[in-house]
Amino acid sequence: MNTVILGATQGMGQALARLLCARGDSVFLLGRDPQKMDLCARDLEARSGRPIAGMAPCDLSNPAGFGPALDQAQAALKRLDAVIVTAGLFYSQEALEADPTLTEKLLTVDFTHTILFCEEVRRRLLAGGGGTLCVFSSVAGDRGRKPVILYGAAKAGLSHYLEGLDHKFRSQGLVTVCVKPGFVKTGMTAGLKLPPFAGEPEAVARRVVQALDNRTPLVYVPGVWRWILWVIRLLPRFVMRRIGF
Amino acid sequence: MSSDHRIKDIQGNQISGWGRIFAPGKSVASCDLETDSREAVLFRGLGRSYGDSALPPPSHPVVIATPLADKIRFFDRATGLFRAEAGLSLHEINRLFLREGWFVPVSPGTQFVTLGGMVASDVHGKNHHVDGCFGEHVEALKMRVADGRILECSMTCEPELFRATIGGMGLTGHILEVEFRLRRIPSPWIWQESRRIGGIEEFVAALKSSAREWPFTVGWIDCLSQGQAMGRGILMCGRWATPSEAPASPPPFRHTLAVPFVFPELALNPWTVRAFNYGYYHAHRAEVKRGIVHPETFFYPLDAVHEWNRIYGPRGFTQYQCVLPETGDCALTRRFFDLLTRLGGASFLCVIKDCGPEGRGMISFPMPGISIALDIPVRPGIQAMINTLNDFVAAAGGRIYLTKDAFTRPDHFRAMEPRLESWLEVRRKWNPDGKIRSAQSVRLFGDQP
Repeated sequence: MNTVILGATQGMGQALARLLCARGDSVFLLGRDPQKMDLCARDLEARSGRPIAGMAPCDLSNPAGFGPALDQAQAALKRLDAVIVTAGLFYSQEALEADPTLTEKLLTVDFTHTILFCEEVRRRLLAGGGGTLCVFSSVAGDRGRKPVILYGAAKAGLSHYLEGLDHKFRSQGLVTVCVKPGFVKTGMTAGLKLPPFAGEPEAVARRVVQALDNRTPLVYVPGVWRWILWVIRLLPRFVMRRIGF
Repeated sequence: MSSDHRIKDIQGNQISGWGRIFAPGKSVASCDLETDSREAVLFRGLGRSYGDSALPPPSHPVVIATPLADKIRFFDRATGLFRAEAGLSLHEINRLFLREGWFVPVSPGTQFVTLGGMVASDVHGKNHHVDGCFGEHVEALKMRVADGRILECSMTCEPELFRATIGGMGLTGHILEVEFRLRRIPSPWIWQESRRIGGIEEFVAALKSSAREWPFTVGWIDCLSQGQAMGRGILMCGRWATPSEAPASPPPFRHTLAVPFVFPELALNPWTVRAFNYGYYHAHRAEVKRGIVHPETFFYPLDAVHEWNRIYGPRGFTQYQCVLPETGDCALTRRFFDLLTRLGGASFLCVIKDCGPEGRGMISFPMPGISIALDIPVRPGIQAMINTLNDFVAAAGGRIYLTKDAFTRPDHFRAMEPRLESWLEVRRKWNPDGKIRSAQSVRLFGDQP
């Protein structure tokens, strides 16, 4: 499979890139920091013993760069089978409430720009006869919750968009995979208290690769979070107002 | 295979070594060691040191956990030269490269350790008698030292810092990257021979004679056996299987079990320990057993059970590991076991190994002689017991392994380590204010709590 990954330098994206390289896929990296991407590429190449397809700078805060970055990826990979987006911003609800510019940045990157990137990918995949668009949303978007109101709102919008794409374009060969991670032990969550059912990035990566292969439109990782969120969605508002979750 | 071996020994705001003796503290995972080492007081790998060497000092109860920083910098498959971030685990190296025909030059008895930890402890393995410690094979280290500089050290560049860091328990600076050479192996399987040994004299002699023929040797001792049978056990010798001996398929990834909860204290008592040791000894046939074994079974028998440290109950345990400068006969080893028997030291596991010469590490543990490791559950009187054992070891001219230690008194350690002062001098040069320190360095070297 010829795959582009936006955001492979750490956490779940890194684990996913390692797994795809290990099974022989051609991987093209997109990312914000060229130096970190270079280290990431060297790691992938040392592990698999094969060079990666290439890399190009691409920053979710700069939509003008999306087209050129994807052009480079297409030129290197020839045929594009899948594009994976794990990049995104996260700030705590407290930090966001205190700073409107931070809020604007988070909403713009995690919602508007992520969707603009996906639109760019959609056009290209449809033009090539189809392919898979896999995007990391979050369980935070499943219900309005106190600790993740703003982050959750952006992710809710993103999940909604991905579901719509799936409904409209699957018949034309465009498969969307919406990944909703629960708590996963990565750099993003370092320092936070570990809740029960915290997952490992490697296990998440295995599950996502399975979803790519099986063209599963929606996947919760770790799987138990599907049932946790099912319960959360059923809770009446007066309960949600009381609990801190 | 599960990888949930990361960051398991944290309970709320408590942190412990592998011996599960908890202290206040917290571990913060880092993906970017260069940034997070600036203010760090102590790095911690996978927390497999038994005692307090990976625990923070009381006044600054935070350690930086390295296992998320696991990127490989390069691996030259022509020469084996390998460099990676300090958080990369041996488990991951084996998962990636063992089946490709590569193995670390020296491996400790668990693969749930990081490269940084392997350097800081200067780990030794079943091949110590031929290959020395891991530090002998380290080509270079990238470090953050206390004054804020990041520098590269090796036997040619800042050799003093290099030699003080190998086995230096992370106290000379933070280890960011490790460079060493992976070794080509003829096959990923092990050819093993094991046999029962009737007593301690025979054991020491057998270890010494096997050392001439085998690259890997280790012994397990039933330390509850007494009298004639004292020190009986099983000697295991191994080497990499040749391609013609090895099975056609690579060794499968093993399924592992986990101890699901902390056992009650009563679970390990003299009777259960005796029964286990008796059973383990007699489960081995009287004649020599030969054959192909899985490399993980050979190198990491205990890794098959995740969180096996929970069997020691809520108070935890310590491992006492010492090396005795045994020359010729085995008088010291015999007297050590006599003493242990008198102290009623019921150890579930007792491992014996002959050590080769000292290496580069300025205060690394091994020295020519016999190394003995015992797991001892924490019970009232454990401090007195460790003191008595330390009296003996110091008088015998031996020493203990800091990676396992939680109870040794500073005066005992000083008495065992004539090399301590010169190491402390180098450490003071690179870490003058003792900014980089641990609970262990507070206890043993008088660092500021």
